Amino acid sequence: MSVQQNYRTGATLAGYNFAFLDEQTKRMLRRAILKAVAIPGYQVPFGSREMPLPYGWGTGGMQVTAAVIGSKDVLKVIDQGADDTTNAVSIRRFFVRMTNVATTEKTRAATLIQTRHRVPEIPLSEGQILVYQVPIPEPLRWLEPRETETRKMHALSEYGVMHVKLYEDIAQHGHISTAYDYPVVVNGRYLMRCSPIPKFDTPKLNMNPALQLFGAGREKRIYAVPPYTEVKPLDFEDHPFEVERWPESCALCGAGDSFLDEVILDDKGSRMFVCSDTDYCGERREAGHTGRMSAPYKAEAAE
Amino acid sequence: MTNLDQTPLLSVEALNKSFGRQAACRDVSFELWPGEVLGIVGESGSGKSTLLNAIAGRLSVDSGKVLYRTGGNDIIDLAAASEAQRRHLMRTEWGFVQQHARDGLRMTFSAGANIGERLMALGQKHYGSLRDTALDWLQAVEIAPDRIDDLPRTFSGGMQQRLQIARNLVTRPRIVLMDEPTGGLDVSVQARLLDLIRRLVQEHNVACIVVTHDLGVARLLAHRLMVMRRGQVVEAGLTDQLLDDPQHAYTQLLVSSVLSV
Ligand SMILES: Nc1ncnc2c1ncn2[C@@H]1O[C@H](COP(=O)(O)OP(=O)(O)OP(=O)(O)O)[C@@H](O)[C@H]1O
Ligand SMILES: [Mg+2]
Ligand SMILES: [Zn+2]
Repeated sequence: MSVQQNYRTGATLAGYNFAFLDEQTKRMLRRAILKAVAIPGYQVPFGSREMPLPYGWGTGGMQVTAAVIGSKDVLKVIDQGADDTTNAVSIRRFFVRMTNVATTEKTRAATLIQTRHRVPEIPLSEGQILVYQVPIPEPLRWLEPRETETRKMHALSEYGVMHVKLYEDIAQHGHISTAYDYPVVVNGRYLMRCSPIPKFDTPKLNMNPALQLFGAGREKRIYAVPPYTEVKPLDFEDHPFEVERWPESCALCGAGDSFLDEVILDDKGSRMFVCSDTDYCGERREAGHTGRMSAPYKAEAAE
Repeated sequence: MTNLDQTPLLSVEALNKSFGRQAACRDVSFELWPGEVLGIVGESGSGKSTLLNAIAGRLSVDSGKVLYRTGGNDIIDLAAASEAQRRHLMRTEWGFVQQHARDGLRMTFSAGANIGERLMALGQKHYGSLRDTALDWLQAVEIAPDRIDDLPRTFSGGMQQRLQIARNLVTRPRIVLMDEPTGGLDVSVQARLLDLIRRLVQEHNVACIVVTHDLGVARLLAHRLMVMRRGQVVEAGLTDQLLDDPQHAYTQLLVSSVLSV
């Protein structure tokens, strides 16, 4: 992992240290990251630094990225699955200025991926690091506002109330309606929030060969899922965990196995579904896959 | 009270608890036997709630022992037990019914979730059976089954107390502590709740400590009574004997003040 490769390479922009943060801060963050890796799913407090973006724009993820990035890294930044959204563009531009590292939109080519709201569709591999931007790290906060109490609940594995939340879901909606930030138990021990990714992505965290790091800037917490760690979504025996399904496949690439965004085409209610992961969709189209909206219509045959 | 075991379920030994210079419990000792209902009476500020909270480990004690015989027949001193062990027991073998339902219920959870919470904490993960158990308990505490998904704040005061009782009894605790369970309720609602408590305590053979400053409640529920004054137990005995023939001047005063109303 690039935690080890990350030696100082000198300032890239006059007056700034490599990756913006000073070495002392990076060391502090790396210590927190190492502790987080050693205790999968456990939230490690750290002294959050001011980043040149307001909280809520991924400052936690940026600090983690700044602490692990090395000059040989190839960086990819996504927001909602896309590389070209405002948030992704400004974070990527920031790191290019501050480190001069190469960037990519290709999941396969990246060594370091910072993300908000999605896990890439293309499976990650050993040596890659996925950094999640986390708005609220504490899975028990909705129930218990006191930090001392939630810490105790984690220490004693008092997680029964999380099932109460799912119980209420089923009682109200007939099924578990929690669709984002689905609660999971990491390595059979710590209850963890996956950040607001769709539950579609939750199974991707399980036994993933990549290192997954989570950074919450405002709440000053870092946590981690090391490679090949078990991540289990909470559920009931008679209401097992299930991911979203769509009535159609991707209108552009025909994929039937990806997370789809609904796009409204006109005010008559016409709509289409397209991959939220733009890199995945593009790779499939390059390989010749087509969907309903891309002539010739061969989506079903291609499946 | 014919089938009591030979050893007490709980023995409290020389328990002391002060708040600053205010001694709230002084050298309190007593035993509680399986299936027994012990009433604690005394004027406001005499230390009843403090004693209850100290026994349950909600307050740390200054000195003394709270020896509890577990379901597995181990004797543990709750005053010295680890927090993990204590919290586990409180969720399983113990129950606590608060005077104010808002302290004892999860006001943002439905009635069914309130009943199911302890079971889920113990690892029950079958929605259907949690649902069935909740329905059974609603019936047992005389709440209509179609209220299962309603929030407690839509319930009357008496219903909230009954829900609290169901939420506690669902894990079949061996001891339930109750702090003024009928306080603040109308007289007719009180009577119904008292009947229910009496019936459930008998059916489930659960030992209870009931704090009240209502001697009528004490007479109806408790097999034995302890009278507290300024943090001390001034008199203890079988309920009827104690109320019909009080020995201590303070108890006499309490009893006569009730009679004169
Ligand atoms: N948290 C606290 N801090 C300081 N003093 C306290 C605290 N709790 C109770 N006390 C004091 O301890 C004494 C006993 O209080 P406690 O609440 O146990 O009485 P009580 O018998 O339950 O009274 P009531 O019938 O009014 O509920 C009182 O003098 C009270 O002021
Ligand atoms: Mg009190
Ligand atoms: Zn696509």
